[in-house]
Amino acid sequence: MNTYTTKFGSLDNYEKGNIQLIQGKASNYVFSNIFEVAKNAKPYDKTIVGINQKFVIETIRAEGTSSWFTCSHDEFVISMDGEVRVDFLKLNESVDIQIEGTQLAGSEPNGQPMGYVVLKEGHQAILPAGTAYRFDSQKPTTLLLQTIHGPLSLEKWDEICLK
Amino acid sequence: MNSLNKNFASELVEVFDENALTGYKGFKLGNFLFSRDEYFAKITWTAKGQEHSHLMSVDAFLRAIMRDVAWGFFYGWVNFDHVIGTQNHYGSVDMYAGTFNGVLSAAGVDYVENFETPKIMATFKAILHDWVNEGFDPFAAPEETGSAFGRKNGSNVDAIDRYRISTKRMPGLNGDSPLRDDLPVNRHFHDVPQDEPLVHCERGFEGELSAFNVFKYMSRSDVTWNPSVTSVCKESLFCPTTEEYILPIIHGNDRVEWFLQFSDEITWDISDKNDGSPLARIIMKPGDICAMPANIRHQGYSTKRSLLLVWENATPDLPEKYASGELPPYPVNF
Repeated sequence: MNTYTTKFGSLDNYEKGNIQLIQGKASNYVFSNIFEVAKNAKPYDKTIVGINQKFVIETIRAEGTSSWFTCSHDEFVISMDGEVRVDFLKLNESVDIQIEGTQLAGSEPNGQPMGYVVLKEGHQAILPAGTAYRFDSQKPTTLLLQTIHGPLSLEKWDEICLK
Repeated sequence: MNSLNKNFASELVEVFDENALTGYKGFKLGNFLFSRDEYFAKITWTAKGQEHSHLMSVDAFLRAIMRDVAWGFFYGWVNFDHVIGTQNHYGSVDMYAGTFNGVLSAAGVDYVENFETPKIMATFKAILHDWVNEGFDPFAAPEETGSAFGRKNGSNVDAIDRYRISTKRMPGLNGDSPLRDDLPVNRHFHDVPQDEPLVHCERGFEGELSAFNVFKYMSRSDVTWNPSVTSVCKESLFCPTTEEYILPIIHGNDRVEWFLQFSDEITWDISDKNDGSPLARIIMKPGDICAMPANIRHQGYSTKRSLLLVWENATPDLPEKYASGELPPYPVNF
Protein backbone atom coordinates (compact mmCIF):
# COMPACT_ATOMS: atom_id res chain seq x y z
CA MET A 1 0.00 0.00 0.00
CA ASN A 2 1.42 3.33 -1.02
CA THR A 3 -0.13 6.39 0.52
CA TYR A 4 2.51 8.81 -0.75
CA THR A 5 2.75 10.38 -4.19
CA THR A 6 6.13 11.71 -5.21
CA LYS A 7 5.72 14.93 -7.14
CA PHE A 8 8.14 15.62 -9.99
CA GLY A 9 8.07 18.51 -12.46
CA SER A 10 8.17 18.56 -16.24
CA LEU A 11 8.17 21.04 -19.13
CA ASP A 12 4.38 20.96 -19.26
CA ASN A 13 3.70 20.58 -15.57
CA TYR A 14 5.63 22.62 -13.08
CA GLU A 15 4.76 25.08 -10.37
CA LYS A 16 7.37 27.62 -9.30
CA GLY A 17 7.94 28.13 -5.58
CA ASN A 18 8.49 31.52 -4.02
CA ILE A 19 10.47 33.68 -1.60
CA GLN A 20 8.81 35.20 1.46
CA LEU A 21 11.20 38.08 2.02
CA ILE A 22 11.80 39.57 5.47
CA GLN A 23 14.99 41.60 4.86
CA GLY A 24 17.34 42.06 1.88
CA LYS A 25 16.72 41.37 -1.80
CA ALA A 26 14.99 38.39 -3.41
CA SER A 27 17.57 38.49 -6.22
CA ASN A 28 20.27 37.44 -3.70
CA TYR A 29 18.89 33.89 -3.96
CA VAL A 30 19.08 33.70 -7.79
CA PHE A 31 15.85 31.66 -7.81
CA SER A 32 14.59 30.10 -11.04
CA ASN A 33 12.79 26.96 -12.19
CA ILE A 34 14.62 24.73 -14.66
CA PHE A 35 11.44 23.61 -16.46
CA GLU A 36 10.34 27.21 -17.00
CA VAL A 37 13.83 28.09 -18.28
CA ALA A 38 13.87 25.10 -20.66
CA LYS A 39 10.33 25.82 -21.83
CA ASN A 40 11.33 29.34 -22.90
CA ALA A 41 14.69 28.35 -24.40
CA LYS A 42 15.64 27.35 -27.93
CA PRO A 43 16.53 23.68 -28.43
CA TYR A 44 20.02 22.94 -27.12
CA ASP A 45 20.65 26.44 -25.81
CA LYS A 46 22.75 26.00 -22.66
CA THR A 47 21.22 28.35 -20.09
CA ILE A 48 23.08 28.71 -16.80
CA VAL A 49 20.76 28.29 -13.81
CA GLY A 50 23.48 27.85 -11.19
CA ILE A 51 26.98 29.33 -11.01
CA ASN A 52 29.67 28.87 -8.37
CA GLN A 53 32.86 30.60 -9.53
CA LYS A 54 33.76 28.88 -12.82
CA PHE A 55 31.44 25.92 -12.25
CA VAL A 56 27.91 25.93 -13.64
CA ILE A 57 24.67 24.00 -13.82
CA GLU A 58 22.99 24.46 -17.18
CA THR A 59 19.47 23.67 -18.27
CA ILE A 60 18.95 22.45 -21.82
CA ARG A 61 15.76 21.91 -23.76
CA ALA A 62 16.47 18.75 -25.77
CA GLU A 63 14.38 18.62 -28.94
CA GLY A 64 15.46 16.94 -32.18
CA THR A 65 19.17 16.31 -32.76
CA SER A 66 21.87 18.48 -31.23
CA SER A 67 25.29 19.46 -32.50
CA TRP A 68 28.27 17.36 -31.46
CA PHE A 69 29.78 18.64 -28.22
CA THR A 70 33.06 17.83 -26.52
CA CYS A 71 34.95 18.77 -23.39
CA SER A 72 38.45 18.39 -21.90
CA HIS A 73 36.96 17.26 -18.56
CA ASP A 74 34.11 15.03 -17.41
CA GLU A 75 30.61 16.48 -17.59
CA PHE A 76 27.37 14.92 -16.33
CA VAL A 77 23.83 15.04 -17.64
CA ILE A 78 20.52 14.18 -15.95
CA SER A 79 17.28 13.85 -17.87
CA MET A 80 14.67 15.59 -15.73
CA ASP A 81 11.41 14.72 -17.48
CA GLY A 82 11.69 12.61 -20.62
CA GLU A 83 13.66 10.37 -22.92
CA VAL A 84 16.87 11.39 -24.63
CA ARG A 85 19.50 9.36 -26.47
CA VAL A 86 23.16 10.31 -26.20
CA ASP A 87 25.60 9.02 -28.83
CA PHE A 88 29.33 9.01 -28.11
CA LEU A 89 32.49 9.14 -30.23
CA LYS A 90 36.01 8.53 -28.98
CA LEU A 91 37.80 11.50 -30.51
CA ASN A 92 41.08 10.96 -32.34
CA GLU A 93 42.19 14.34 -31.00
CA SER A 94 40.70 15.68 -27.80
CA VAL A 95 40.41 19.27 -26.57
CA ASP A 96 43.43 20.82 -24.84
CA ILE A 97 43.22 20.15 -21.10
CA GLN A 98 43.59 23.89 -20.36
CA ILE A 99 40.30 24.66 -22.12
CA GLU A 100 37.30 24.21 -19.84
CA GLY A 101 33.57 24.01 -20.52
CA THR A 102 31.57 22.51 -23.36
CA GLN A 103 32.96 23.05 -26.88
CA LEU A 104 31.43 22.42 -30.28
CA ALA A 105 33.07 19.36 -31.87
CA GLY A 106 32.24 20.20 -35.50
CA SER A 107 29.63 18.63 -37.76
CA GLU A 108 31.54 15.39 -38.37
CA PRO A 109 34.10 14.87 -35.61
CA ASN A 110 36.93 12.40 -36.25
CA GLY A 111 36.51 9.49 -33.91
CA GLN A 112 35.25 5.98 -33.33
CA PRO A 113 31.65 5.27 -32.30
CA MET A 114 31.69 4.18 -28.64
CA GLY A 115 27.99 3.47 -28.30
CA TYR A 116 25.02 5.26 -26.79
CA VAL A 117 22.89 5.61 -23.69
CA VAL A 118 19.13 6.17 -23.46
CA LEU A 119 18.10 8.30 -20.48
CA LYS A 120 14.59 8.60 -19.08
CA GLU A 121 13.35 10.77 -16.21
CA GLY A 122 15.86 10.76 -13.37
CA HIS A 123 18.61 9.00 -15.31
CA GLN A 124 22.15 10.35 -15.16
CA ALA A 125 25.07 9.71 -17.52
CA ILE A 126 28.71 10.64 -17.50
CA LEU A 127 29.91 12.56 -20.56
CA PRO A 128 33.52 11.40 -20.31
CA ALA A 129 36.44 13.75 -20.99
CA GLY A 130 37.83 13.40 -24.50
CA THR A 131 34.67 12.08 -26.12
CA ALA A 132 32.23 13.83 -28.41
CA TYR A 133 28.55 13.47 -27.61
CA ARG A 134 25.28 14.32 -29.30
CA PHE A 135 21.73 14.38 -27.92
CA ASP A 136 18.65 13.21 -29.73
CA SER A 137 15.14 13.60 -28.41
CA GLN A 138 11.80 12.87 -30.09
CA LYS A 139 9.82 15.02 -27.65
CA PRO A 140 10.97 18.15 -25.82
CA THR A 141 12.88 17.09 -22.69
CA THR A 142 14.62 19.02 -19.92
CA LEU A 143 18.28 18.22 -19.31
CA LEU A 144 20.50 19.27 -16.45
CA LEU A 145 24.21 19.60 -17.22
CA GLN A 146 27.04 19.80 -14.68
CA THR A 147 30.03 21.49 -16.27
CA ILE A 148 32.30 24.56 -16.27
CA HIS A 149 31.46 27.95 -17.81
CA GLY A 150 32.30 27.70 -21.51
CA PRO A 151 31.84 29.50 -24.82
CA LEU A 152 28.32 28.09 -25.27
CA SER A 153 27.07 28.99 -21.77
CA LEU A 154 24.27 31.58 -21.75
CA GLU A 155 23.55 33.88 -18.82
CA LYS A 156 20.15 35.57 -18.65
CA TRP A 157 19.51 35.90 -14.91
CA ASP A 158 17.33 38.96 -15.32
CA GLU A 159 14.88 36.97 -17.43
CA ILE A 160 14.75 33.78 -15.39
CA CYS A 161 15.05 34.76 -11.71
CA LEU A 162 12.65 36.00 -9.05
CA LYS A 163 13.23 39.65 -8.14
CA MET B 1 31.56 1.60 5.25
CA ASN B 2 34.08 2.77 7.80
CA SER B 3 33.74 1.56 11.30
CA LEU B 4 33.05 4.19 13.90
CA ASN B 5 35.67 2.52 16.03
CA LYS B 6 38.35 3.02 13.42
CA ASN B 7 40.50 5.98 14.47
CA PHE B 8 38.23 6.25 17.46
CA ALA B 9 41.09 7.85 19.43
CA SER B 10 39.33 6.97 22.67
CA GLU B 11 42.41 8.10 24.63
CA LEU B 12 41.46 11.68 23.67
CA VAL B 13 38.01 11.40 25.28
CA GLU B 14 37.54 12.79 28.79
CA VAL B 15 34.65 11.35 30.81
CA PHE B 16 33.83 13.45 33.88
CA ASP B 17 30.82 11.62 35.25
CA GLU B 18 28.69 8.50 35.02
CA ASN B 19 25.28 9.14 36.45
CA ALA B 20 24.11 6.22 38.59
CA LEU B 21 20.44 7.06 38.10
CA THR B 22 20.27 7.73 34.33
CA GLY B 23 23.19 5.51 33.34
CA TYR B 24 24.67 8.12 30.99
CA LYS B 25 28.25 9.39 31.00
CA GLY B 26 29.15 13.08 31.02
CA PHE B 27 31.93 14.30 28.75
CA LYS B 28 34.44 17.13 29.02
CA LEU B 29 35.76 18.89 25.93
CA GLY B 30 38.13 21.70 26.90
CA ASN B 31 36.00 24.03 29.00
CA PHE B 32 32.72 22.58 27.75
CA LEU B 33 30.81 19.92 29.69
CA PHE B 34 28.24 17.70 27.97
CA SER B 35 25.69 15.72 29.94
CA ARG B 36 22.28 14.21 29.25
CA ASP B 37 19.27 13.09 31.25
CA GLU B 38 15.95 11.53 30.29
CA TYR B 39 14.90 14.46 28.06
CA PHE B 40 17.75 16.91 27.57
CA ALA B 41 21.32 17.35 26.49
CA LYS B 42 23.00 19.99 28.64
CA ILE B 43 26.05 21.98 27.55
CA THR B 44 27.88 24.01 30.18
CA TRP B 45 30.61 26.64 29.85
CA THR B 46 32.01 29.60 31.76
CA ALA B 47 31.85 33.25 30.67
CA LYS B 48 32.45 36.43 32.66
CA GLY B 49 33.49 34.21 35.58
CA GLN B 50 30.06 32.57 35.78
CA GLU B 51 28.69 29.23 34.72
CA HIS B 52 26.34 29.36 31.74
CA SER B 53 24.39 26.47 30.31
CA HIS B 54 22.12 25.51 27.44
CA LEU B 55 19.60 22.69 27.15
CA MET B 56 18.48 21.00 23.94
CA SER B 57 15.86 18.31 23.56
CA VAL B 58 18.08 15.23 23.41
CA ASP B 59 16.55 13.88 20.18
CA ALA B 60 17.36 17.17 18.39
CA PHE B 61 20.83 17.21 19.91
CA LEU B 62 21.61 13.64 18.80
CA ARG B 63 20.32 14.28 15.26
CA ALA B 64 22.55 17.35 15.04
CA ILE B 65 25.72 15.78 16.43
CA MET B 66 25.11 12.73 14.19
CA ARG B 67 25.28 14.98 11.08
CA ASP B 68 28.37 16.81 12.35
CA VAL B 69 30.18 13.48 12.90
CA ALA B 70 29.04 11.86 9.65
CA TRP B 71 29.98 14.94 7.64
CA GLY B 72 33.39 15.36 9.32
CA PHE B 73 32.26 18.85 10.48
CA PHE B 74 31.13 19.71 6.90
CA TYR B 75 31.66 23.18 5.41
CA GLY B 76 31.64 26.25 7.64
CA TRP B 77 29.23 26.57 10.56
CA VAL B 78 27.12 23.65 11.78
CA ASN B 79 24.70 25.25 14.26
CA PHE B 80 22.97 22.63 16.41
CA ASP B 81 20.44 25.34 17.26
CA HIS B 82 20.45 29.13 17.87
CA VAL B 83 23.16 28.81 20.57
CA ILE B 84 25.64 25.98 20.13
CA GLY B 85 27.53 24.59 17.16
CA THR B 86 30.85 24.01 15.42
CA GLN B 87 32.91 25.84 12.80
CA ASN B 88 35.16 23.74 10.59
CA HIS B 89 38.69 25.04 9.95
CA TYR B 90 39.65 21.82 8.09
CA GLY B 91 42.24 20.47 10.54
CA SER B 92 40.84 22.10 13.64
CA VAL B 93 37.30 22.84 14.72
CA ASP B 94 35.78 25.60 16.87
CA MET B 95 33.05 24.62 19.32
CA TYR B 96 31.00 27.65 20.31
CA ALA B 97 28.11 28.60 22.59
CA GLY B 98 26.31 31.86 21.84
CA THR B 99 29.06 33.27 19.62
CA PHE B 100 26.74 33.46 16.59
CA ASN B 101 23.69 34.53 18.57
CA GLY B 102 23.27 38.32 18.38
CA VAL B 103 21.98 38.73 21.95
CA LEU B 104 24.34 36.31 23.76
CA SER B 105 27.40 37.56 21.92
CA ALA B 106 26.51 41.24 22.61
CA ALA B 107 26.11 40.34 26.29
CA GLY B 108 29.56 38.74 26.30
CA VAL B 109 28.27 35.47 27.74
CA ASP B 110 29.34 33.42 24.73
CA TYR B 111 32.32 31.09 24.63
CA VAL B 112 34.35 29.55 21.81
CA GLU B 113 37.25 27.09 21.97
CA ASN B 114 39.34 25.57 19.21
CA PHE B 115 40.13 21.82 19.11
CA GLU B 116 42.27 19.64 16.93
CA THR B 117 39.82 17.71 14.75
CA PRO B 118 40.70 14.21 16.12
CA LYS B 119 40.00 15.35 19.70
CA ILE B 120 36.55 16.85 19.08
CA MET B 121 35.64 14.03 16.67
CA ALA B 122 36.55 11.37 19.23
CA THR B 123 34.52 13.15 21.91
CA PHE B 124 31.46 13.57 19.68
CA LYS B 125 31.63 9.90 18.63
CA ALA B 126 31.87 8.87 22.29
CA ILE B 127 28.78 10.96 23.07
CA LEU B 128 26.86 9.24 20.25
CA HIS B 129 28.01 5.82 21.43
CA ASP B 130 26.90 6.46 24.98
CA TRP B 131 23.74 8.52 24.48
CA VAL B 132 22.05 6.80 21.51
CA ASN B 133 19.84 4.03 22.92
CA GLU B 134 18.75 0.81 21.29
CA GLY B 135 15.94 1.50 18.84
CA PHE B 136 16.78 5.17 18.21
CA ASP B 137 18.32 6.07 14.84
CA PRO B 138 19.48 9.71 14.82
CA PHE B 139 19.85 9.56 11.01
CA ALA B 140 16.18 8.66 10.45
CA ALA B 141 13.03 10.78 10.31
CA PRO B 142 10.95 10.70 13.54
CA GLU B 143 8.22 8.51 12.00
CA GLU B 144 10.84 5.89 11.09
CA THR B 145 12.50 5.36 14.42
CA GLY B 146 12.03 4.88 18.14
CA SER B 147 12.50 7.25 21.04
CA ALA B 148 15.66 9.05 22.14
CA PHE B 149 14.22 9.67 25.60
CA GLY B 150 14.54 7.94 28.94
CA ARG B 151 17.34 6.30 30.87
CA LYS B 152 20.22 4.43 29.26
CA ASN B 153 18.96 1.41 27.41
CA GLY B 154 21.49 -0.37 25.20
CA SER B 155 23.04 1.26 22.15
CA ASN B 156 22.61 1.47 18.36
CA VAL B 157 26.08 1.23 16.89
CA ASP B 158 24.82 0.24 13.43
CA ALA B 159 22.72 3.37 13.13
CA ILE B 160 25.55 5.75 13.98
CA ASP B 161 28.08 3.89 11.84
CA ARG B 162 27.16 5.63 8.57
CA TYR B 163 29.11 8.32 6.75
CA ARG B 164 28.93 10.57 3.70
CA ILE B 165 29.57 8.47 0.64
CA SER B 166 32.68 9.57 -1.18
CA THR B 167 32.63 9.21 -4.92
CA LYS B 168 35.58 9.74 -7.26
CA ARG B 169 33.64 10.33 -10.52
CA MET B 170 30.18 8.70 -10.40
CA PRO B 171 28.58 5.80 -8.48
CA GLY B 172 28.54 2.51 -10.36
CA LEU B 173 31.74 3.17 -12.34
CA ASN B 174 34.52 0.62 -12.06
CA GLY B 175 36.33 1.10 -8.76
CA ASP B 176 33.94 3.83 -7.62
CA SER B 177 31.21 3.96 -4.95
CA PRO B 178 28.45 1.36 -5.36
CA LEU B 179 24.82 1.76 -6.46
CA ARG B 180 22.13 1.02 -3.89
CA ASP B 181 20.38 -2.04 -5.36
CA ASP B 182 20.84 -3.84 -2.04
CA LEU B 183 18.95 -1.18 -0.05
CA PRO B 184 15.12 -1.17 0.05
CA VAL B 185 13.05 1.64 -1.45
CA ASN B 186 11.95 4.08 1.26
CA ARG B 187 8.23 3.94 2.19
CA HIS B 188 7.70 7.47 0.75
CA PHE B 189 9.20 6.55 -2.63
CA HIS B 190 7.35 3.38 -3.62
CA ASP B 191 6.02 5.20 -6.70
CA VAL B 192 9.49 6.24 -7.96
CA PRO B 193 10.35 4.24 -11.13
CA GLN B 194 13.18 1.78 -10.57
CA ASP B 195 14.22 1.25 -14.20
CA GLU B 196 17.86 1.71 -15.17
CA PRO B 197 18.99 3.52 -18.33
CA LEU B 198 19.99 1.58 -21.43
CA VAL B 199 23.76 1.65 -21.92
CA HIS B 200 25.09 0.22 -25.17
CA CYS B 201 28.86 0.10 -25.62
CA GLU B 202 30.49 -0.75 -28.94
CA ARG B 203 33.06 -3.52 -28.85
CA GLY B 204 36.30 -2.25 -27.34
CA PHE B 205 34.57 0.47 -25.31
CA GLU B 206 32.94 -1.74 -22.67
CA GLY B 207 32.86 0.05 -19.34
CA GLU B 208 33.70 3.47 -20.77
CA LEU B 209 30.10 4.64 -20.99
CA SER B 210 28.03 4.66 -17.85
CA ALA B 211 24.62 5.79 -16.66
CA PHE B 212 22.36 5.09 -13.70
CA ASN B 213 18.96 6.08 -12.34
CA VAL B 214 19.80 8.77 -9.80
CA PHE B 215 16.15 9.11 -8.64
CA LYS B 216 16.09 5.36 -7.95
CA TYR B 217 19.43 5.66 -6.15
CA MET B 218 18.05 8.45 -3.98
CA SER B 219 14.76 6.60 -3.34
CA ARG B 220 16.85 3.93 -1.59
CA SER B 221 18.74 6.28 0.70
CA ASP B 222 18.40 4.93 4.23
CA VAL B 223 19.19 8.27 5.87
CA THR B 224 17.75 11.79 5.84
CA TRP B 225 19.60 15.10 5.37
CA ASN B 226 22.92 13.56 4.33
CA PRO B 227 24.41 15.03 1.12
CA SER B 228 26.36 12.28 -0.69
CA VAL B 229 28.44 12.80 -3.82
CA THR B 230 27.08 11.42 -7.13
CA SER B 231 29.14 13.31 -9.70
CA VAL B 232 32.48 15.08 -9.68
CA CYS B 233 33.44 17.74 -12.24
CA LYS B 234 36.78 18.88 -10.79
CA GLU B 235 35.76 20.72 -7.53
CA SER B 236 32.08 20.84 -8.52
CA LEU B 237 30.21 18.21 -6.49
CA PHE B 238 26.61 17.09 -6.94
CA CYS B 239 25.52 15.87 -3.47
CA PRO B 240 21.89 14.73 -3.58
CA THR B 241 20.08 13.68 -0.44
CA THR B 242 16.61 12.69 0.75
CA GLU B 243 14.92 15.02 3.19
CA GLU B 244 12.17 14.44 5.73
CA TYR B 245 11.11 16.38 8.85
CA ILE B 246 13.62 19.13 9.79
CA LEU B 247 17.27 19.55 8.83
CA PRO B 248 18.75 18.76 12.25
CA ILE B 249 21.27 21.59 12.03
CA ILE B 250 21.21 25.20 10.83
CA HIS B 251 23.94 25.37 8.24
CA GLY B 252 25.99 28.51 7.77
CA ASN B 253 28.33 27.79 4.89
CA ASP B 254 31.76 29.39 4.43
CA ARG B 255 31.04 29.54 0.68
CA VAL B 256 28.05 29.77 -1.66
CA GLU B 257 26.08 26.56 -2.22
CA TRP B 258 23.03 25.83 -4.38
CA PHE B 259 19.87 23.74 -3.97
CA LEU B 260 17.84 22.16 -6.75
CA GLN B 261 14.56 20.56 -5.71
CA PHE B 262 14.16 17.27 -7.62
CA SER B 263 10.82 16.28 -6.06
CA ASP B 264 8.13 17.44 -3.66
CA GLU B 265 8.65 20.51 -1.51
CA ILE B 266 11.00 22.03 1.07
CA THR B 267 10.66 25.28 3.00
CA TRP B 268 13.94 26.93 3.99
CA ASP B 269 14.26 29.30 6.91
CA ILE B 270 17.05 31.74 6.06
CA SER B 271 18.71 33.92 8.68
CA ASP B 272 21.83 36.02 9.13
CA LYS B 273 24.93 33.84 9.56
CA ASN B 274 26.49 35.94 12.30
CA ASP B 275 23.59 36.93 14.55
CA GLY B 276 20.72 34.64 13.50
CA SER B 277 18.18 37.35 12.62
CA PRO B 278 15.55 36.15 10.09
CA LEU B 279 16.00 37.13 6.43
CA ALA B 280 13.62 35.04 4.32
CA ARG B 281 11.60 31.87 3.92
CA ILE B 282 12.07 30.11 0.60
CA ILE B 283 9.56 27.58 -0.69
CA MET B 284 11.05 25.24 -3.30
CA LYS B 285 9.03 23.00 -5.62
CA PRO B 286 10.16 20.49 -8.27
CA GLY B 287 12.60 22.11 -10.70
CA ASP B 288 13.29 25.14 -8.51
CA ILE B 289 16.94 26.06 -8.11
CA CYS B 290 18.36 28.75 -5.83
CA ALA B 291 21.57 29.90 -4.22
CA MET B 292 22.34 29.98 -0.53
CA PRO B 293 24.58 33.07 -0.24
CA ALA B 294 27.78 32.88 1.82
CA ASN B 295 26.48 35.23 4.55
CA ILE B 296 23.36 33.33 5.62
CA ARG B 297 22.44 30.21 7.58
CA HIS B 298 19.60 27.93 6.55
CA GLN B 299 17.39 25.16 7.91
CA GLY B 300 14.97 23.12 5.79
CA TYR B 301 11.53 21.60 6.51
CA SER B 302 10.17 18.71 4.43
CA THR B 303 6.84 17.04 5.27
CA LYS B 304 7.08 14.30 2.65
CA ARG B 305 10.46 12.73 2.10
CA SER B 306 11.79 14.69 -0.87
CA LEU B 307 14.67 14.50 -3.32
CA LEU B 308 17.08 17.44 -3.11
CA LEU B 309 20.26 18.17 -5.05
CA VAL B 310 22.84 20.02 -2.95
CA TRP B 311 25.57 21.50 -5.13
CA GLU B 312 28.93 22.34 -3.55
CA ASN B 313 32.16 23.91 -4.78
CA ALA B 314 34.92 22.18 -2.79
CA THR B 315 37.75 24.54 -3.84
CA PRO B 316 39.86 24.87 -0.65
CA ASP B 317 40.66 28.62 -0.73
CA LEU B 318 37.05 29.83 -0.99
CA PRO B 319 36.42 30.44 2.76
CA GLU B 320 39.24 33.01 3.00
CA LYS B 321 38.04 34.76 -0.15
CA TYR B 322 34.50 35.14 1.20
CA ALA B 323 35.74 36.05 4.69
CA SER B 324 38.05 38.78 3.34
CA GLY B 325 35.40 40.23 1.03
CA GLU B 326 37.43 39.36 -2.08
CA LEU B 327 34.34 37.45 -3.20
CA PRO B 328 30.85 38.90 -2.65
CA PRO B 329 28.46 36.69 -0.63
CA TYR B 330 25.97 36.60 -3.52
CA PRO B 331 26.92 34.52 -6.56
CA VAL B 332 25.24 36.69 -9.20
CA ASN B 333 24.52 40.39 -9.49
CA PHE B 334 21.70 41.17 -11.90
